[in-house]
Amino acid sequence: MSHKTMINIGPFHPLQEEAEFFQLYIDGERVVDVDVRISYNHRGIEKLDESKTFDQVPFVVERVCGICSASHPLAYCQAVEEIAGVKVPERALYLRTIVNELERIHSHMLWVGLAGHFIGYNTVFMWAWKYREPVMDALEIATGSRVNYANCKIGGVRRDMTEDQLKAIDKLVDETRRDTEQLVKMVLDDPVLHARLKGVGILSTEAAKAYGACGPTARGSGVDIDVRRDDPYAAYDRIDWQVHVDDGCDVFAKTKVRLLEVLESIKIIKQAIRDIPKGEIDAKVENIPPGEGVGHVEAPRGETFHYVRSDGSNYPVRHKVRAPSYNNIPTFKASCIGAEIADVAITLASVDPCYSCTERMCTAIDSDSGKEMFNFAQLVKLSQQKTERIRKQV
Amino acid sequence: MSGVDSVSNVSVPLMGFAGQVLSALGDAVIAVDTRNDRRALARIDPARTVEVAKKMFEMDGSRFATATGIDVRDGIDILYHWVFDKVGAVITLKALAAAPEMKIDSIANVVPAANWIEREIHDLLGANFVNHPDMRRLILDDSWPEGVYPLRKDFDQIKDRPPLPPQPPDTGEALP
Amino acid sequence: MALKNWALRKSLWVYHVNTGACNNCDIEVVELLTPRYDIERFGMILVGSPRHADVLAVTGSCTRQSQPRLQEIYRQTAKPCVVLAIGSCAGAQGIFAESYHMGAGVDNAIRAIDPNAIILYVPGCPPKPEAMISAAVKAMELLKEVKI
Repeated sequence: MSHKTMINIGPFHPLQEEAEFFQLYIDGERVVDVDVRISYNHRGIEKLDESKTFDQVPFVVERVCGICSASHPLAYCQAVEEIAGVKVPERALYLRTIVNELERIHSHMLWVGLAGHFIGYNTVFMWAWKYREPVMDALEIATGSRVNYANCKIGGVRRDMTEDQLKAIDKLVDETRRDTEQLVKMVLDDPVLHARLKGVGILSTEAAKAYGACGPTARGSGVDIDVRRDDPYAAYDRIDWQVHVDDGCDVFAKTKVRLLEVLESIKIIKQAIRDIPKGEIDAKVENIPPGEGVGHVEAPRGETFHYVRSDGSNYPVRHKVRAPSYNNIPTFKASCIGAEIADVAITLASVDPCYSCTERMCTAIDSDSGKEMFNFAQLVKLSQQKTERIRKQV
Repeated sequence: MSGVDSVSNVSVPLMGFAGQVLSALGDAVIAVDTRNDRRALARIDPARTVEVAKKMFEMDGSRFATATGIDVRDGIDILYHWVFDKVGAVITLKALAAAPEMKIDSIANVVPAANWIEREIHDLLGANFVNHPDMRRLILDDSWPEGVYPLRKDFDQIKDRPPLPPQPPDTGEALP
Repeated sequence: MALKNWALRKSLWVYHVNTGACNNCDIEVVELLTPRYDIERFGMILVGSPRHADVLAVTGSCTRQSQPRLQEIYRQTAKPCVVLAIGSCAGAQGIFAESYHMGAGVDNAIRAIDPNAIILYVPGCPPKPEAMISAAVKAMELLKEVKI
């Protein structure tokens, strides 16, 4: 008779920034089902936005999630610009690009650090977060704040950047590139990481498509999509860059895609700084006519999708916010089932779940005695122990 | 006012890529507003959501992005947003879950990506998705009362807030 | 200063709780561990259980769902403890105060079960890591005065 147990992960754990609660059904050493329930982070933002004027909304939505803080306001502004038929000035498009790519770098490096911790590579955690610091400084120079940039507005951007600021950002980005290239090489060449992450957390191409997965979660499963290239916005169609796709379908593939994207973002920022034209940063928008618009951008985790409906008044009638993790987290059903318990921590992390975007909470369902066998800290420990075993074999 | 439904009549010519997609759906489409090649909105027959969803899902290059529920005068309008990445198009299909029952067929059995969002629209707006594989509360907390739908227009986020549950009694256990 | 207070002051253990936040404050809290800010030089470390904690670093606006869990964690935390309410959300629910899914707020929720709770507010959205370090140092000063 198989012994089914349930494991609670969450709701609070030191290195998981957000509250979420996963329930895994375990049979022996394997996961047979996963449930995720979300509610801890639900802050009623869509309703809140109906009581804010159009130009107040960006300040609310940048606090949907701290790590995609630039992508939500941008997607919203694009949706409203579509309704109002606004043409955003060139310089503003480049400024938006610079901030969004800096955010992508900081987000991916944050993830690399966390993933390193989950598999017991604390050095990677420390280095990734240390090399991330120049990017945080660059963001502070660009927008005045390390996080929560308050930079995007309907019709353009709120703050311009001087020549000196652009030069300083360029220098910081160069510093990051040197360090990152080293880190990327180290991670991609490490045989223990190959053994630990390859074949783990498989998400097939078909499953990725069925769940509407996006971002590195989809690109690591061979799905070649990226909003920046497919439906260009900001200055992406004026810059020479490429999309990285890997059809490994496992955690290693997703890791590789994210690391290569960091290097790509550095390229994009440098070109944007070199090519940015002079001019206005903001088109005057008098009012928003009745209508409907959608705006989508490629946030670090995938496609952020906003829909806005206006009735000609100062307040949006409806504002729909869909963060990328909303589509990516349910893919756990495909990638966790059949996995070993020791791989759960890294598989969950590989989707780079942004809980505050999705408000996740996972409930555990016990099919047997209802006893908790492992909490998340113990699952992380199991993951780290597995890495040790592999290290000894390699 | 619940906002503008910008859909006009079916004699608007079907243009470009969006036009092709909508033509493939045949007479399930009852009104169309194509903006340009890459943006279109169309209203579909709410009795045929599953058939339409299946066709959209099987089209080459389609991806279900999300769905939006809106409280309109006649019921809950469900907007399905489909993205076609290769051409950068977003096609929004609207179907009305008419008052008073707010019922509409779930597409989650055909499009797994729609599973969560239908649960959310049920929680926040009270639309009833018939045959949903797993209709449980998703986004509102355990103490939230049934039948109270915060995203409806008649719900005031401050005045109509349900009271918090009573404080659980302190068991008086000795703390370490 | 008694030996116990001195020992307590030298090594503060912090348990981090997110009650429904956007993550900005949380990232800045975890940043404190990293080489640039390095809170370990003050003898502070993040621990995995509230039972070992002297400081509860709370972020988030305390949603309805999180409120009972926050209260449970406060009950489990060893006393004396200092609660750091980090960010505008933990202080006064920030911009989310009007939302339908909010609970009573971090400070009200904790004072409902312990009217004498020591709460330090660290304003900002998010507060700079330097502000959090300053709050942590003030927490150490406060604990120096508290009888064990």
